[in-house]
Amino acid sequence: MAESAVAVGTGQAVHVHHEELGFWRTYVFSTDHKMIGRQFLFLGLFMMILGGLLALMIRWQLAWPETQIPGLRWVPEPFMYDGAMGPEFYNAVFTMHATIMIFFVVMPILVGCFGNFLIPLMIGARDMAFPVLNMLSFWVGAVSGVIMLAGFFVPGGHAAGGWTAYAPLTAVTQYTGVNWGQNIWCISLILLGISSLMGSINYITTIINMRAPGMTFFRLPLVIWSLFIVAILLLLALPVLTSALAMLLFDRMLGTSFFLPAGGGEPLLWQHLFWFFGHPEVYVLILPAMGVASEVLSVFARKPIFGYRAMAYSMIAIAFLSWIVWGHHMFQSGMNPALATSFMVSTMVIAVPSAIKTFNWLGTLWGGSIRFTTPMLHGLAFVSMFVIGGLSGIFMASTPVDIFIHDTYFIVAHIHYVVFGGSVFGIFAAIAYWFPKLFGRMMNETLGKIHFWLTFLAFNGTFFPMHILGVGGHMRRIYNPMQYEFLQPLQPVNVFITVSALVLGIVQIPFVINFFWSLFAGKKAERNPWQANTLEWTAPSPPPHGNWGDTLPVVYGGPYEYSPPGVSEDYLPQTQSRVPHLAAAH
Amino acid sequence: MLSWLPENVSTYGGEVDFLFYLIYYITGATFILVTVTMLAFLFLYRRREGRRAIYSHGNTTLEIIWTIVPAIILVVLSFMSQASWARIKSHAPPGDVEVQVTSKQFNWEMTYPGPDGKFGTADDLTLENQLHVPVGKVVRVHLRSKDVIHSFFLPNLRLKQDTVPGREILAWFQATKAGTYEIPCAELCGFGHSGMKGWLYVHPADEYETWVKERWPSSSQGEGSKGS
Repeated sequence: MAESAVAVGTGQAVHVHHEELGFWRTYVFSTDHKMIGRQFLFLGLFMMILGGLLALMIRWQLAWPETQIPGLRWVPEPFMYDGAMGPEFYNAVFTMHATIMIFFVVMPILVGCFGNFLIPLMIGARDMAFPVLNMLSFWVGAVSGVIMLAGFFVPGGHAAGGWTAYAPLTAVTQYTGVNWGQNIWCISLILLGISSLMGSINYITTIINMRAPGMTFFRLPLVIWSLFIVAILLLLALPVLTSALAMLLFDRMLGTSFFLPAGGGEPLLWQHLFWFFGHPEVYVLILPAMGVASEVLSVFARKPIFGYRAMAYSMIAIAFLSWIVWGHHMFQSGMNPALATSFMVSTMVIAVPSAIKTFNWLGTLWGGSIRFTTPMLHGLAFVSMFVIGGLSGIFMASTPVDIFIHDTYFIVAHIHYVVFGGSVFGIFAAIAYWFPKLFGRMMNETLGKIHFWLTFLAFNGTFFPMHILGVGGHMRRIYNPMQYEFLQPLQPVNVFITVSALVLGIVQIPFVINFFWSLFAGKKAERNPWQANTLEWTAPSPPPHGNWGDTLPVVYGGPYEYSPPGVSEDYLPQTQSRVPHLAAAH
Repeated sequence: MLSWLPENVSTYGGEVDFLFYLIYYITGATFILVTVTMLAFLFLYRRREGRRAIYSHGNTTLEIIWTIVPAIILVVLSFMSQASWARIKSHAPPGDVEVQVTSKQFNWEMTYPGPDGKFGTADDLTLENQLHVPVGKVVRVHLRSKDVIHSFFLPNLRLKQDTVPGREILAWFQATKAGTYEIPCAELCGFGHSGMKGWLYVHPADEYETWVKERWPSSSQGEGSKGS
């Protein structure tokens, strides 16, 4: 089958390139890190549409409970009743919204796509250390995505215990009425864990062993630092999730009682295991976006990053501290209150490196020559939204305040400021910035800016008022706020949020148009359209198989030498030595 | 924004709200500082012809300042929080009223020990979704769960505590104002999670006495539990 497809798929190209691999090996079962990166990108963007539509269904239900959602009358019972959602399906919808967005959108795009695409290109390697493992990582991830989506079609519906899947709710079928949906959820995430493990081993090995001559650790771009740290976090955190999922599956299918008190198990064990994975996971989602913002701010302010080493060390500090803060998710869980105090202190401390990063980003802008390109706008939005998400975290860190806001919309606001305001603006910045290198064409700046401003406004209109709901005591994961007298006065806020969310969904259309239009008809990109220093911009756009021609780049300096004295241009690529320039200038 | 907080009717609620306001002002000031600085830089240092960016790799003194200042603020906040936390969650005062609250899909079962003051005896009184307490008295709540994890949430009393099957967890509150308040479940517990709620009736002292006289089984009768 593969052979016939080769003949059809490549036809003329075969004679042009002697190393042409054919359609299947080039686009489907590719071992090239750039193609695998693009595959992760398309997987993530497709899943983002699904996850976004699920979010809009949640919002519709919260603003206008139990009314018909336009266009969904075709969904059969018992999911929806003439277009109105039932509570069982509602629980499955928010469970899958979070699961998809975290595991199948942000991770595949930031870690899968940009990790794969950028690591070899930015450290000066021809490919990953283990290209076949890399291909397997994508395909195991894709299969896991298909399995996850299959859960919507099994009897009993999809997993409905929240993305945190607290046992015993998720451990016993009769508590939710969901049987195979929950099993499939576990199986899919176990597979995804294997996919991520293969990826992280590859990233770590590649960064340690395959850096170009002269590329010392402290000449690595910060986005590579972030991906290196993320790979280590994934390598250590995912086995814990995989074990917990296997235990949950055993409780469900084999009659064990890890989490069931009737059989001598302990429900809080699930929470400890889940959050021991879950909190490093939050930093897996945000650290690469921090790296992206650092690249973009430095390039478009035409300034060296302020405090490069402080930036790298603060990411290392975040990574270490992320292992000892998991208990802050469990302050009200029944865990010993004395233990909560130590988790409060570690959580307060982890805010310090985040503060250091924010001030250094401001320092980078100081005295710059700032260009407001689309990637820069998204990068700046990342910084300001991450500030809100970081500061709102301090409320939860304070154990007494957490008593009130735990499990309310304040938490929902917080995580969306971090994961949407942070990670997703990071994704938009990264796509706009590296699109020329990914696809060899420029994205349209006008459409990009329209998309940015509308998204920025609608994002804040959607998520900022959720703080107000949380302060009002609005619980998360409830199906109908009108069932509570104390929440009824807050309903206009819910309506406002939903209208903003619908706008937020609609204004993604300019992005989709821009993405696909630019993919096929955008202006051809030069090698280095942003006049940036890092190594990927010394390769052709898009880079060929092997990235560089016969010789690999040699590194002479740091990644952020912008506007250096004695150089006529305002940048100095890492492959150029300062000395001949100085000679030329005098 | 904090004016949206539900009315506080708890003795320790003031401490929670104080910390809430304190953190709100600190983070609010930080946000304004960072945002104004950022906007000012974006305006002042926008690209202009013929001007080159400053070539600077950072400043160690600044790094030390913006590491130490947030660290001090956060550690002080931790200590301030710790005192209130211990009062609320670790050191429950002796109770004037003891009540067992057992969660199950999707109801709260409130059990009073009855005239003998002991749980698990024939004169216990069990009500569904109604918690009657006197104003100004310490109420100790023994939280249990029959099936999954629920969360006992009293927004007006600034109390939230998960109920965990297989454990008994002690929580307490002391209401400062008579009235009727909702008791939602705050932890996802299944398809009926939304709408799982009870009512807290905080009675004036005499009204509570009357309620006890009318509803509690008298010790001589020794009747079993009575639903409502």
